[in-house]
Amino acid sequence: MSILIDENTTFIVQGITGREAVNLTRECLDYGKGAKVVGGVTPGRLGRDVHGVPVFDTVAQAVEHHGAPIVGSVITVPPAFTKDAVFEALENGIKLVVIVTERIPRGDVAQMVELARERDARIIGPNCLGIIVPDVIKMGGIGGPARDAGKSYSPGPVGVISRSGGMTTEMSSTLTAAGLGQSTAVSIGGDAIIGSSYAELMPLFEADAQTEAIVIYTEPGGRMEAELARWVTENRSRLPIVAFMAGRFMDEMPGMSFGHAGTIVEGKEDTATEKIARLAEAGITVAEEISQIPEIVRAKIGRSPIGQARAEAEQSDQDAGLEAPRS
Amino acid sequence: MSAALFIDVQVKESVARDPEIAAKLAEVCPVDIFRAGPGGVEIVQDNLDECVLCQLCLRVAPAGSVKVIKLYDDGAVLGA
Amino acid sequence: MRFFEYESRAVVAKAGIPVTKHGFARSPEEARTVAEQIAGPVVIKSQVLTGGRMKAGGVQFADNPDEAARHAEHVLDLEINGHMPRGVLVDSRASVKHEYYAGVVWDGLRKQPVMLFSDMGGIDIEEVAEQHPDHVARAHFSTTRPFSDWQAKQLVASLGITGSALNRLTPIIARLAQLFLRYDMTLAEINPLGELEDGSFVALDAHMDMENEARPRQKALLHELGVGDEETRQAREATPFELAGEEVDAQDHRGVAGNVTEFDGNLGLVIGAGGGSLTLFDAVRAHGGQPANYCEIGGNPSVRKACGLAKLVLQKPGVDKIAVMMSIVSNTRVDIVARGVIKACVELGYDPAEKIAIFRIPGAWEDEGFKILEKYGVEYADRSVSLHGAAKRAVEKIQGGAS
Repeated sequence: MSILIDENTTFIVQGITGREAVNLTRECLDYGKGAKVVGGVTPGRLGRDVHGVPVFDTVAQAVEHHGAPIVGSVITVPPAFTKDAVFEALENGIKLVVIVTERIPRGDVAQMVELARERDARIIGPNCLGIIVPDVIKMGGIGGPARDAGKSYSPGPVGVISRSGGMTTEMSSTLTAAGLGQSTAVSIGGDAIIGSSYAELMPLFEADAQTEAIVIYTEPGGRMEAELARWVTENRSRLPIVAFMAGRFMDEMPGMSFGHAGTIVEGKEDTATEKIARLAEAGITVAEEISQIPEIVRAKIGRSPIGQARAEAEQSDQDAGLEAPRS
Repeated sequence: MSAALFIDVQVKESVARDPEIAAKLAEVCPVDIFRAGPGGVEIVQDNLDECVLCQLCLRVAPAGSVKVIKLYDDGAVLGA
Repeated sequence: MRFFEYESRAVVAKAGIPVTKHGFARSPEEARTVAEQIAGPVVIKSQVLTGGRMKAGGVQFADNPDEAARHAEHVLDLEINGHMPRGVLVDSRASVKHEYYAGVVWDGLRKQPVMLFSDMGGIDIEEVAEQHPDHVARAHFSTTRPFSDWQAKQLVASLGITGSALNRLTPIIARLAQLFLRYDMTLAEINPLGELEDGSFVALDAHMDMENEARPRQKALLHELGVGDEETRQAREATPFELAGEEVDAQDHRGVAGNVTEFDGNLGLVIGAGGGSLTLFDAVRAHGGQPANYCEIGGNPSVRKACGLAKLVLQKPGVDKIAVMMSIVSNTRVDIVARGVIKACVELGYDPAEKIAIFRIPGAWEDEGFKILEKYGVEYADRSVSLHGAAKRAVEKIQGGAS
């Protein structure tokens, strides 16, 4: 299985006639079992088509043409129009919004997230490359053209969550080369406020039978890693997690932003050093190099296969008053 | 400006003088290697190395009249 | 981007929050004029984008205009943490009965703004939160519904404040919350927020930080404040090398080849993308290398841009070799970057095989890229060599060459 999307997921591309969106559409149609891209939206371009995908002026027209609710939308419109496009998607029943656009002010993102919560929908991004279920479907530019994505991603037991789009592919490729495939890889975006954090995706992976371990890519800035550490501890996750932390040099350069908009050291809490300590406390191994990740994952899966972890959890539930042992 | 290191483009003379083809070449090339001048198509030397090997120029000109040469690949001709 | 105090005060005043009588001065004479207009005791405050100005002597008290001018002369010449002041703020000295704190910041986990209020103002709010948590009130608020006064009232009242103080504080906090959203701030802080002897409230100091991404749509405000488009207002001023990097990136709109930051090592880096650059910079240092710079390539830049960036790095004094490395690319093309960096070497009269320590960019169009690299004898690696592995190789080569 997978999280968020599967081979039956229908989606549209908002801003489909843009240069990058045209490529992205082609890539999604070509990859795996072929994504069900049921429409595209660019105002004023009704009646055109992009690689056979019909173009509409509004999301409502796309939904009407499809004749059934559409699950997702990939948003590729310029930053000044993104909030409006996301609102349009949410108000037309879209439940999964992947925002590719970068440089969107936080105030706009907060509004999108708030409306998504009210509409019981989920946002991935902004400033992300999307979601991929190896050999099945990809939603967004993640992994690039189908042929390239095929080299990096393969099906398997590892869930991947990354604040960097490119590093989602780099880490997955390393896992693939070592014979460890991925259940689903999610590029969650590099901004200070994003629709779905590590901790918010964990319950989905937790419920996915195929997933046996999680690999995350993290950076300085923000408190998302601390949130994950807390989530793992409080929920006694069955999934071992391996993290990679980039941007350690930034600890010496507070106030300066590198790599992504949300990657900035503003206080003691969001330094690489502090985050590594927090993750380690929660039993999350932080790899020094990406090439070490497969080995660590394998060791962890070997030590606590799914059945055993569950049995341990049940055992500790019975030991009333005792803390669950953490490995 | 130094010479192009990676790409050379040659247009057959008869075709180069055709204003219609010159205009088409200038329009389709995403990196502006062709310019429609008074005497037909001109090659913008400074842009040669920007060639993205898209082959759009090969499609709008008569077969064999435009040659894109990869100087880094023993003079291999694109699309040949 | 950060604002100077005099700008932050203007924003606060524009939002209808009372401020003390003050003026901005760039010279002792101007400071004297402002002090004359205030006609009373004043404070001279250095206008720098850094903390610790009180400790550094950047805040001086004066009883008359002559003294104000003398202090201004001294403060205007005083460097604080490597920053020269842009001017001084001449502020009237109010008789303060009590100091409060009011601020708004983003909570990235809740994905909402959060208001902070304390009846212990004048000191760092994090310190108060740590030592006197019962003196700090917090409340998140919606970004889709209009901010309403009761939200501010409830926040202030939660610290046990009532009577006229509650009624006077409420609109101030409400306006601060509203300006935070209206002007795309990431920090809007009044500290201290002073209660005067007559029971009125004034902002005695203010800190504002605006999101860089919002600068295009906040042009009107920035223009009004006199902030130029060229002012980056980053934590440290851009060096000439970094400014040259911005020029390279601005020459066309295809992709990115910039975000250059200067360091003082001998290994020039032409690296990408966002996460890849962070990883590679760490990797070079982890293997004992000394990067000459940080940078980011991404979004499939033109050959010209990749070439410009490589030239800039190659010409930086002290750079012996460059390492060209990225995480697996899907949009940026391997062959285009290869052409750019080789062209840079050739045009500067260097042998690419000598100057490029390692080229590790796997992904889109790699077959074509590897042909180019082979032709010029440049050592390259595909995805089977990790980012750390490539960084290690680059460091080995530069150390071998230097000895």
